Amino acid sequence: MAFSTEDLQIMDSIIKRYPRPRSAIMPLLHFVQSKEGYVTNEGIELIAEILELAAAEVTAVSTFYTQYKSAPVGEYHVGVCTNTLCAVMGGDAIFASLKEHLEIENDGVTTDGKVSLEHIECNAACDYAPVVMANWEFYDNQTVESAKELVDSMRAGKPKPPTRGPNRLVSWKEASAVLAGLNDGLAHEGVQAGEPTLLGLKLSKAGK
Amino acid sequence: MTKLAPVLSAYWDEKDSFTLTAYQRNGGYKASEKALAMEPDTVIQLVKDSGLRGRGGAGFPTGMKWGFIPQGDNKDHYLVVNADESEPGTCKDMPLLMANPHVLIEGCIIACHAIRAKHAFIYIRGEVTHIVRRLNQAITDAYAAGILGNGVDVVLHVGAGAYICGEETALLDSLEGFRGQPRLRPPFPAIAGLYARPTVVNNVESIASVPAIVMNGADWYQSMGTEKSKGTTLFSLSGHVVNPGQFEAPLGITLREILELAGGVRAGHKLKFWTPGGSSTPLFTDAHLDVPLDYEGVAAAGSMLGTKALQIFDETTCVVRAVLRWTEFYKHESCGKCTPCREGTWWLVQILRDLEAGKGTEADLAKLLDLCDNILGRSFCAFGDGATSPITSSIKYFRDEYIAHLIQGGCPFDPVAATLFVGAGA
Repeated sequence: MAFSTEDLQIMDSIIKRYPRPRSAIMPLLHFVQSKEGYVTNEGIELIAEILELAAAEVTAVSTFYTQYKSAPVGEYHVGVCTNTLCAVMGGDAIFASLKEHLEIENDGVTTDGKVSLEHIECNAACDYAPVVMANWEFYDNQTVESAKELVDSMRAGKPKPPTRGPNRLVSWKEASAVLAGLNDGLAHEGVQAGEPTLLGLKLSKAGK
Repeated sequence: MTKLAPVLSAYWDEKDSFTLTAYQRNGGYKASEKALAMEPDTVIQLVKDSGLRGRGGAGFPTGMKWGFIPQGDNKDHYLVVNADESEPGTCKDMPLLMANPHVLIEGCIIACHAIRAKHAFIYIRGEVTHIVRRLNQAITDAYAAGILGNGVDVVLHVGAGAYICGEETALLDSLEGFRGQPRLRPPFPAIAGLYARPTVVNNVESIASVPAIVMNGADWYQSMGTEKSKGTTLFSLSGHVVNPGQFEAPLGITLREILELAGGVRAGHKLKFWTPGGSSTPLFTDAHLDVPLDYEGVAAAGSMLGTKALQIFDETTCVVRAVLRWTEFYKHESCGKCTPCREGTWWLVQILRDLEAGKGTEADLAKLLDLCDNILGRSFCAFGDGATSPITSSIKYFRDEYIAHLIQGGCPFDPVAATLFVGAGA
């Protein structure tokens, strides 16, 4: 697809955040994903053109970071933490069962294009292990059953809301726009903290 | 018994804690007002006097770091906040930013004033959509209220999934729009950092600790903690415990004390091994329950305080499996710049996989240690050192368990027994 005049204006505003234009590569790549779903050749060339770089320089950056995808992912991209702690606590079992349940492998996408699956590294929510992410929103304290129900809800077009996140799960493209620094107006939704986050404070108030 | 001391986390239980209204209701942005009326050097001295040390892992004195920035050099200075929290087990900065993004912004204003910077960049990891929203909204609200934009600008920069960008010079390369690979030091960032300009790179928790220090004074901060590790900090407890979570306590508290608060190791089980500060810090065992969790205490016991990420594993956990998984992580995240780390982590994984499957020999253990010896201290940045920590420490404490895999021709543990939903029919 072609990028619209409005898209180009947004890209220009992203560049203007920085003292030097090249710093905008990463948000621009997130923005390309918000429009195209992944980092397309067209997106690479557009970024190269507006930053006055060679396409190879933009590709070099894009391929270094795992969040930039070189092929389409699902509308809901599911990441299961299989770093040591989550893996031991149940992440391995969750990941294995989701592969079987969705009939896809790591980095695979369901045939309906709804769900893609990836095993991910530590996502900074270890006190909520085992952790599953979807479009990089938190789904805390998962089990094999809850994770299956989650992906089923996605395939049915009514994804369960994140545990600590907005009231609804936004799409992969919408989430990518947030990561490009665009405001979707959902910051006020959801809890300020989950129970584990507040445990020490609660105990302190009880005199501990 | 050490008492908990919530400062950063003091208002997290208010439902709207992340809003500007809530922050100001609790005295927010009073500290920056106070600091802006002070001479920059006075602010630096105050932070030096407080004893605040970097909370991102290395524990370098924050005020001293600020003091390294040359003054009167007619160059732009930058503050860069490291919010790339990715060290396995580390989960303090993300809940902090979800619950109270404004405290970081206020810390940025104070730090920028101290180091004479007009620009702060917050480099946040990309895998946390809602926290990006919260921080972005907080920045927008701070501009609208005239708190930002009058001398200090804050830019939120979102990463894209590379652990190495938590290394400060790799972070700077990434922020400049390159692959995130570490730089040779010297020059240090204080002399030539972002865009080759004098730059302070600080962890989220370090900067977020500054407003309270400005409001309450260095003596107050000094009154908490131990001789050389002052103040209060977030300890993140996870794993096989009854109640995992965040515990803000003075430095020097012990794991025994924190475990007691958390209801102990899960019922019917006992502590086997744990990390004091993430996977890059050498493992501890039940022999280390009374080690004071401060920079000196943990170092004296052979590990590092790191990010205070206390990952607890009970006796159902296979240490070889745990270490293999961490090693696979390091192999995956190695940036590829230097040979010892790029090639070394690859070989570590091959050997560990064999060992876990019971296919290796005892000579492989010696080979593992030999490889670690060629990575530790010989890699371009601290990443390589961190990759060796779980391996060397686990062989030190659990050599017999590695051997048991070889004797049995496979893993003697049942992975189901280690899951949280064992017995739940899952």
